[in-house]
Amino acid sequence: MQIEPREHMSAWRVGFAPVFAVFATLAICAVLIVWAGAPVIESYQLLFKGAVGSRFALNETITRSIPLIFTGLAVAVAFKAKFYNIGAEGQLYCGALAATYFGSGLVTLPPVLMIPFLMLVGAIAGGVILILPVLLKTHMKVDEVVTTLLLNFIILLFVSYLLEGPWKDPMSMGWPQAKSVIDEGILPPLFAKGRLHMGLYFALGAAFLVWALMRFTIWGYEIKAAGLNAIAAAFSGINVNKTIIRTAMISGGLAGMAGVSEVAGLKGYLTLDLSPGFGYTGIAVAMLARLHPLAVVPAALFLSGIYVGSGSMSRAVNIPAYISDVIVGMSVLAILVAVMFSQYRIKWRS
Amino acid sequence: MLELFEILLTTGFWAATIRIASPLIFGTLGELICERAGVLNLGIEGIMTIGAMAGWMWVYQGGDLWGGVMFAASVGAIFGLLHSIFTVYLGLSQHVTGIGITLFGSSLSYFVYRMLLPSASTPPKITAFQTYKIPYLSDIPIAGEALFSQTPMTYLAFLTVPVVWYILQRTPVGLAVRMAGENPVAVEAQGIDVLAIRTGAVVVGSALMAIGGAFITMSAFDAFFFGMINGRGWICVALVIFASWRPGKALMGAMLFAGLEAFQVRAQQISGAAIIPYQFYLMLPYVLSIIAMIIMARKAKYPQALLVPFRRGERV
Repeated sequence: MQIEPREHMSAWRVGFAPVFAVFATLAICAVLIVWAGAPVIESYQLLFKGAVGSRFALNETITRSIPLIFTGLAVAVAFKAKFYNIGAEGQLYCGALAATYFGSGLVTLPPVLMIPFLMLVGAIAGGVILILPVLLKTHMKVDEVVTTLLLNFIILLFVSYLLEGPWKDPMSMGWPQAKSVIDEGILPPLFAKGRLHMGLYFALGAAFLVWALMRFTIWGYEIKAAGLNAIAAAFSGINVNKTIIRTAMISGGLAGMAGVSEVAGLKGYLTLDLSPGFGYTGIAVAMLARLHPLAVVPAALFLSGIYVGSGSMSRAVNIPAYISDVIVGMSVLAILVAVMFSQYRIKWRS
Repeated sequence: MLELFEILLTTGFWAATIRIASPLIFGTLGELICERAGVLNLGIEGIMTIGAMAGWMWVYQGGDLWGGVMFAASVGAIFGLLHSIFTVYLGLSQHVTGIGITLFGSSLSYFVYRMLLPSASTPPKITAFQTYKIPYLSDIPIAGEALFSQTPMTYLAFLTVPVVWYILQRTPVGLAVRMAGENPVAVEAQGIDVLAIRTGAVVVGSALMAIGGAFITMSAFDAFFFGMINGRGWICVALVIFASWRPGKALMGAMLFAGLEAFQVRAQQISGAAIIPYQFYLMLPYVLSIIAMIIMARKAKYPQALLVPFRRGERV
């Protein structure tokens, strides 16, 4: 068996790789649905209906996609430079901490300034927490995957400490939650009904800005070059370490904004279950988007639809709701193979 | 202060250290074997979760304990095979594959658990491995009681260390594994199949990781909880670096680590320790893992071909 690069890179094959991956994932997960004793086609129809079948469902799916767009972008930018930031979950909570610290009364500005200010401090907090892992990588060659992963656990325990201790809202009837963000800092809802909020505009704006950064600027070029071939990039005069540090700050910042958007948009206050793993799902989002910033938006919508839809599917046909997490994990593996086959082919006889 | 030192003199502390070290030993050795062959296996967290669920479920469904350990190892090996098809045969990113296996493996274990036990609100229990006192040796005060009054799986963990060391350092297979991680082209020139060697290492390594997971549900506790592995897999990855890819040092690292863990649990109970909130005690293992990596980073001698996929006939 031999694997060789394809001579022609067909745009069709490359563009449809994620679609193939999605279908392969759903086909494999159908086995689990059969096992649960439910009809496959009907179950997937229920999932689809639950995700986009009504105004309410659609509203919920888009709402849930907002943090996924942010974390997906965070992962996409970092992976593009081959900086494997698996800590978006922790960075999200750092952003949420900053939004709570500055947004619950410490600073009062008119909404038009207050909301961008909270986004900014959240982004800074998300970036700051990545300083240690990125410097360890660039200066001491410590693998960033392990450090960013371990930091997730540390940050979550720190949030738990704050919520049960000094930051606990005395008005919360004993629940560990922080004080609410003041009205000026709340991201206003977009419709009278449903939970969809202004965070969507920030997420879409971020996707567009990251795309423009990668497409048109020298920074973007350097990020891509550092990821494709760090040695070649260094020879052509790019400071690879500096580029990776810069990439990490952008990545952490984006993940931090996800936390601000959840605290100031969706919940209004910080709790320990703010994120059901948005940071980890962001990896699947970025991979499905093939690390393209604009493609992150549909990829986030798709996976958020899977989460929202599988909730109603599991209620209707009695399949454990963990099926959505299985689909997310499976899609990461499927997209890897799909992208590979769009670029390589297998020759069985050499 | 004196109370803190007294902890070190109790049998309970040393017994706990050895108990906590056991799953870390399995996991660290498993990761070490993979990495010595040139494959970073970040699926470890998911594979440990799968092992914890599979072994426990085997016993819960009426199987015997050692059958459960074997079953956990087999399921781990299958996931290792999946990992090696991706990273060894297809040459895909080891980072992303590992994360994918972890996400897929842990969610699949939860799914399977819920499928088989749809309405269990309090986790059901099994009769886990009981302590087996080794005659005579366990009569030695403190050290003997701590070392030789453990469950059979703990003895297995400590026996695995010299076995892995011997195979890696003293047998032709071990040499081939180490060479596959340092200079795969040279292995190929010897007429040995690099891909097969790497696959074998990842499969065996993953089986060990799964046994480490099974230890938690079948020896340390007797039930399966969600989020039970709780980063232990990642700690093992850090311990491999701390151990400079050597089985003996891996044992020492796991013991040191477990010792600090057992110490903090006991230190929390001392009067006056409540000044520090419990979350900071729980942070310790993760903080220590990062510190351990920083300390060893300068000296770290990574296997030369770690993360580098091997394609036959291609020159690096």
